[in-house]
This record gives sequence, C-alpha cells and structure tokens, in this order.
Amino acid sequence: MSKISIKDMNLWYGDFQALHGVSLEIPQNEITAFIGPSGCGKSTLIKSLNRMNDLVEGCRIEGDILLDGKDIYKSNTNVNTLRKDVGMVFQQPNPFPMSIYNNIAYGPRTHGVKDKKELDEIVEKSLRDAAIWDEVKDDLNKNALSISGGQQQRICIARALAVQPEVLLMDEPTSALDPISTAKIEELVTELKEKYTIVMVTHNMQQASRVSDHTAFFFNGYIIESGDTRKMFTNPKKKQTEDYISGRFG
Amino acid sequence: MKAKRLEGVMQGVFLFSALISVLSIILIIIFMFAGGVPFMMEYGIVDFLFGDRWSPSNTPSSFGILPMILGSIFVTIGAVVIGVPIGILTAVFMAEFCPPKLYKILKPATNLMAAIPSIVYGFFALQLIVPIMRNFSGGTGMNMLTAMILLGIMILPTVIGLSESSLRSVPRSYYTGSMALGATHERTVMKVIMPAAKSGIISSVILGVGRAIGETMAVVLIAGNQPIIPQSITSGVRTLTTNIVLEMAYAAGEHREALIATGVVLFVFILMINGLFMMIKRKESKA
Ligand SMILES: Nc1ncnc2c1ncn2[C@@H]1O[C@H](COP(=O)(O)OP(=O)(O)OP(=O)(O)O)[C@@H](O)[C@H]1O
Ligand SMILES: [Mg+2]
Repeated sequence: MSKISIKDMNLWYGDFQALHGVSLEIPQNEITAFIGPSGCGKSTLIKSLNRMNDLVEGCRIEGDILLDGKDIYKSNTNVNTLRKDVGMVFQQPNPFPMSIYNNIAYGPRTHGVKDKKELDEIVEKSLRDAAIWDEVKDDLNKNALSISGGQQQRICIARALAVQPEVLLMDEPTSALDPISTAKIEELVTELKEKYTIVMVTHNMQQASRVSDHTAFFFNGYIIESGDTRKMFTNPKKKQTEDYISGRFG
Repeated sequence: MKAKRLEGVMQGVFLFSALISVLSIILIIIFMFAGGVPFMMEYGIVDFLFGDRWSPSNTPSSFGILPMILGSIFVTIGAVVIGVPIGILTAVFMAEFCPPKLYKILKPATNLMAAIPSIVYGFFALQLIVPIMRNFSGGTGMNMLTAMILLGIMILPTVIGLSESSLRSVPRSYYTGSMALGATHERTVMKVIMPAAKSGIISSVILGVGRAIGETMAVVLIAGNQPIIPQSITSGVRTLTTNIVLEMAYAAGEHREALIATGVVLFVFILMINGLFMMIKRKESKA
C-alpha cells in the first residue's frame, strides 16, 4: 500500500526546472532509496514531501503529492502538521545548541505537550528508538553539540521521532559520518521501518542495496527507473541505471 | 631577496602601527592614574567615592563624587531599560521578519544613527524631549528621565547592530531543523535562533552600557547637572563624565586633580564593562 503517491510532478526554482514529470509510489513501512548523480533532484524531491521547499524563494510546484490519499499541496493543508507527520533528518547533523533533553523535547513542546512527566517519557522513548539511550542517558543535560557526529545524528533522528511522525525523510543521513556510526544508523533504519515509512537519499550504492526495499534512480530531474531494490540492482531495465549502479558514471 | 626585504619592512610597519595603539592606551592609563590616584589617597578614597557633597568652591571644599557615581549608574540603567528591549526587538525584526524593501531603508538608517555626533543628539533632546518633559513633570524638563530616554535612543545602534549580526550568524541549519519539526517561523526565531545568538546579544547590551556610561556632550545639555544625589526620576542629575566636562575648563589645583580622579573612576567602570564583555566572548568561543 502506498503511503505517498507522487503524480506527474514538475518543480521549478525560478526559471530552472529541477524535476520533470516525476511519478512515484512510496510504500508504507518500507524503505525507499533515492539514488542518482549529484544535482539530479533527489534532495529537491525529498524536500517536497514535507514542503520544506516552501522555504526556498522562487520554488514552484505542479502535479500532486498525496499523503494517505490527501494532497499535501492543497491550500488548506496545515504545513506545521504535515511536517510533524513527515519528519526529516538532514545530511549534516544539526542538533540545536541546547541540552540533549531539550533537543528531543523541542518538537513535542512545539506541538503542545507541557506535562513534565509526559515529556520525560517521550524523551526516553525517542532516544531508545533511535538506539542512543544507553549512550546518553546519564548526560541528558549535556549540550548536544558536545557529543560525536554519529551520536548527534542519532539525536537528530530521536528528535524527529519525538513528534511521532508517520514518515521519516533522510537526506544522505550518513554521508558525514564514519563507517561505524554509518553501520549503526543503517541498522537503526531497518528497525525503524516497522513503525515508519522511510525515504532515504544516498550516494552509496552498497547502502541502497543493503538497506532499502525500493529504489528510485534519478537523472537530470527525471526518475529513470524505480522499483524493487533487489531486482533493480541485479537486473536494471535501463542502460543508464546499469551504468550508474555499476559505477561507470556519477 | 628583494621580496624578502620588503616583507621585513612591511612587518616592521605593521608592528609599529600596532605598537602605537598599545602605547597610547598605556600612556592614557599612566596619565590618568598618576593624575588622579595621589589625590584620592590624600583626600581619602572612601570620602571621595562615598562622599555625597561636591562643592569645590566652598572653604573648606569637599569632593564627594557619590552623586555622580549614582547618577551615571541610574542613567545607564534607565537607558538599558528603555533602549535594550527596543534594540533587541528591532534586531530580531531586521534579521528575521523585515521585508527586503524595508530593510534597505532600515539598515542604513540604523548605521546613520551610529554616525551622528552626540552633540546633535543633545540638540535633538533639547528641542524635543525637554519641552515634553517640562509639560509632563514641570521644572526645567532637564532631568534624569530625559537623560535616560536620550541615552536609550543613543545606545540603539550599538544594540541593534551587534544583535542583528549575531542573529544572522546563527547557522541556517538550526532554522531548517526547527521548521522541519513543524514549528512556525515565529517559534523558531524565539526558541531556537534567539537563544543561539544569546551571547552576542548580551555582548551588544554590554557595549551599549559602555556607550551610555561614557556619553558626555549629549547628556550635559539635558540632564540638569546638579551635583546632588537625585531624589526622584525627574530630579536633575550629574554623571561622572559631565562632572568633568562642566568644570575642567576653570578648575585648578586640588579641584583639577579631583576631576582627573573622577576620570579614573569612570575608567575603572569602563574596564569592568570591557572585562565582562571579554569574558562573555571567551565563553562563546569555547562553547
Ligand atoms: N534553492 C535552489 N535554487 C535554485 N536551484 C536549486 C536550488 N536547490 C537546488 N537547485 C538546483 O536543482 C537541481 C537539483 O538539486 P538537488 O539539490 O535536488 O540535487 P541532489 O540530487 O540532491 O544533488 P546532491 O546529490 O549533490 O545532493 C540542481 O541543479 C541544483 O543546482
Ligand atoms: Mg542533495
């Protein structure tokens, strides 16, 4: 079943068209990977799914993006609720310059949770779900910028989970991290798909094939090919896909 | 070879330039303390700092500068209470809410405010604030509240400029991170951007305090200048700086030394403010 359906979508930054006629189904409780060479529109599409592109001046979108069958670009969509439901993790870990606790509690507080006990529970649960509770449980008041990059990224994942999203968007979440942190996050992501629908941009072909269930291959603003990851990696339908996967360009 | 020599010469020039400023600060310190400290010792530091009578022409004369110390402190606190909230809110507006067209006017305007000579501010206050104050509180209209309002305005460019640049230097990734959690622009600014810029904003306030406490020419025109501990916010007031400028022209002997000693006290205030500023900067660079 599709959690998100993208239908014939075009996107412009000013006069520059960054996405051309993109259509894609993103299945529920599975991991969809976006792959493709630099500048082909992966970040652009993933940012459209929680309307972070609204923050980009001159960005214009045509076509439909449906979340649970509802068009998220309809004028009566509450963008703040949408972003609560569709969380996002960025390439560079970006915890706020405040304590670990306040980082995680920020989202729930934003959406109206005031009760201290309830916040405590959310913080613990989110940190556990992001597989970092054991590492930071004694340092919740420590500044989140003082821990390692890999830990910061998991704090950011926990922060995203704390508002109970349904979808988690991750734009190259491991590209700034060392191999061990990367492995931890990959493992975490595979666990998270039980509860969440995950979309992940990656430049790492092994990562895409290890982690994802579905893959979409982007090129120059078009989705060239998309489908089951295993099939696509063993038997790509398009020549361009094959060239990219096998590392002949990109 | 030639390049090497030129490099050596240039290094000398740079060093010399740097030494000039160091030298002048050392000379200032020596001159101030040599001129003022002996008088303080002779007159008695406690009597000087905590004496509440300043009457140089009486016999025997008395040189207590408590009224001026309190005057400077009160006026500065008032300026902070008035100027800092307006300044910070203006900075937040300029950095986060201002339409670009308005910004093109606002930014040069606040820069210009910093460049206006203080005597012009004094005239402005004399023409505008003093008459209003006269209607409002009676008397001459030259009083502590007038000085507070004027100084509140005068510290605006300092507070705005520094606060705005510290708000702008907050990494954009904090902003996007907060927005991606479903926070509104307003909440993001209040709860993430402003706290992240906190030490820069505090620094701007401290520099504003330094500006207020050191201001002279504008204050002398509108503060009333009575060397008495002000009894209310609408009493006239004399500050450390104005005490010096009012009397230096004709002072001689002990009187003159007392004025230099007043300068020493002012200098110590400024040193403390700068020390605080540096402490915050250091803490910031460590975090
Ligand atoms: N804010 C923007 N304004 C104008 N053009 C943009 C903007 N953001 C991206 N683009 C352009 O849109 C195209 C797609 O960019 P996008 O960031 O989506 O690529 P990407 O696939 O994520 O690349 P990478 O792998 O390098 O992250 C690029 O040509 C880029 O230059
Ligand atoms: Mg990208």
